[in-house]
Amino acid sequence: MTQYTTVFGSLDDYAKGGVEVIDDDPKYYAFSNMFEVAGRAAPYEKVAVAKNLEYVLEVIRAEGTDEWRAAPHDEFALVMDGTLQVELIDPDDGLVDSEAQGSVALASEPAGSRMGRVTAGPGHMALLPAGKAYRLHSDGVAVVLLQTIEGPDTVHRWAEICQTV
Amino acid sequence: MTMTQTAPNASGYKSFAIGEFKFSRDEYFVTVEWPTGSHQMAIDQWLRCLQRDIAWGFFYGIVNFDSVIGTMNHYGNVDMFAGRFNDAYRRAEVDYSENFEHDDLLGCFKAMLSDWTNEGYDPFAAPMETGSAFGPSRGHNDEAISRRRVVASRMVGIPGDEPLRSDETGHPVNRGFADVAQDEPIIEAEPGYEGEVCAFNLFAYLSRSDVTWNPSVVSACKESLYCPTTEEFILPVIHGNDRVEWFVQLSDEIQWDVEDRDTGAKRARVVMKAGDVAAMPADIRHQGYAPKRSMLLVWENGSPRIPEMIAKGEASVHPVDF
Repeated sequence: MTQYTTVFGSLDDYAKGGVEVIDDDPKYYAFSNMFEVAGRAAPYEKVAVAKNLEYVLEVIRAEGTDEWRAAPHDEFALVMDGTLQVELIDPDDGLVDSEAQGSVALASEPAGSRMGRVTAGPGHMALLPAGKAYRLHSDGVAVVLLQTIEGPDTVHRWAEICQTV
Repeated sequence: MTMTQTAPNASGYKSFAIGEFKFSRDEYFVTVEWPTGSHQMAIDQWLRCLQRDIAWGFFYGIVNFDSVIGTMNHYGNVDMFAGRFNDAYRRAEVDYSENFEHDDLLGCFKAMLSDWTNEGYDPFAAPMETGSAFGPSRGHNDEAISRRRVVASRMVGIPGDEPLRSDETGHPVNRGFADVAQDEPIIEAEPGYEGEVCAFNLFAYLSRSDVTWNPSVVSACKESLYCPTTEEFILPVIHGNDRVEWFVQLSDEIQWDVEDRDTGAKRARVVMKAGDVAAMPADIRHQGYAPKRSMLLVWENGSPRIPEMIAKGEASVHPVDF
């Protein structure tokens, strides 16, 4: 039987495709590569690589320890490279407005009960539960694709990350 | 509006009709007839399209079976059309479209797929993984064509939500993903939080998919839906968008042909490799080619308001302006 090799990308080893224009504007496809974006990002910048009205997919270069954050809705962190740790706290008091969108940084570790920790590698997807506080950490460098809603810390740099010609 | 069906023909297949559309099959082809014309397609291609249109509940926007035949979803009711999105048919004014209640057309399609799918043929499978669709009628394969589509309410693997896949659930690792790691994330939950600290291996989950070109929901952030799917060979349908849709290539490579949604004029080819992210604008149609089984994350905004927002100019057909 044929042996197939599945090709995944990483920060150190990825190939990028592109838009071959026939009669169109390549900007309409907002084409980028998450590893290229992460390679040029500062730790824990939340760089939007996809946007559909209020919803976004953010690429995060996880390196060292992030600040505590919370969102009023579920978020999902898909690890695409490296190893990521997620700490979770069930806060004693509400941290974010229930009508708000996206995650917000917390001034400090919130008071509450420790929920536990997830250690996730490539391909692993972790729930960041609505209303809970979370903190991301990587001993090395990890690349995370975050399913969330555009928030105050979402970074838009489309002209820098997308194919334009 | 109810469908009608005939007794089996010489090849053993029933013919079906709904509204002014008539459908019949022989050993190689389906023939579709409507008041202003007729059309033929290879039966394997027809069954693969029919299967996706049923499984997706007519999906978002337009499902073109080829350059002539297809359906357009109005979310509650559906247009079946011939030549509606073909420039030559439109200019010649021989295109035809008829509106049906969702359940009526779905019922017709399901009966047709059941009668026309022979034992040993799986329209969800890659060509190298299934038998032949051709020839006279020989049994059925209702188990294969009635798979339930996965729709997680929060995330696969959360207690009470969609379960993970395993050998025990009847989902062995696909031959194209034999090298995909099956490890699971380490979850260290404090007492009382066992069901709230959740994670799973999406790549392993996808490696056990037994269907191709069939997006299913693995996580939902309100109306933001992660709909990953595994792809091999050709997307049977040409999907016409009614909203911006995003693709994230998780593994391997897919190449997309992109055409104008209304005329079919070629607009671009999009080559996507692992880690690439690209939008499909709301005014195009696209068809993908995957030479090796690959993992594609289809990301949808499931809001039913979007087609109307685009029609009113409240939302753009393009993903972002920059």
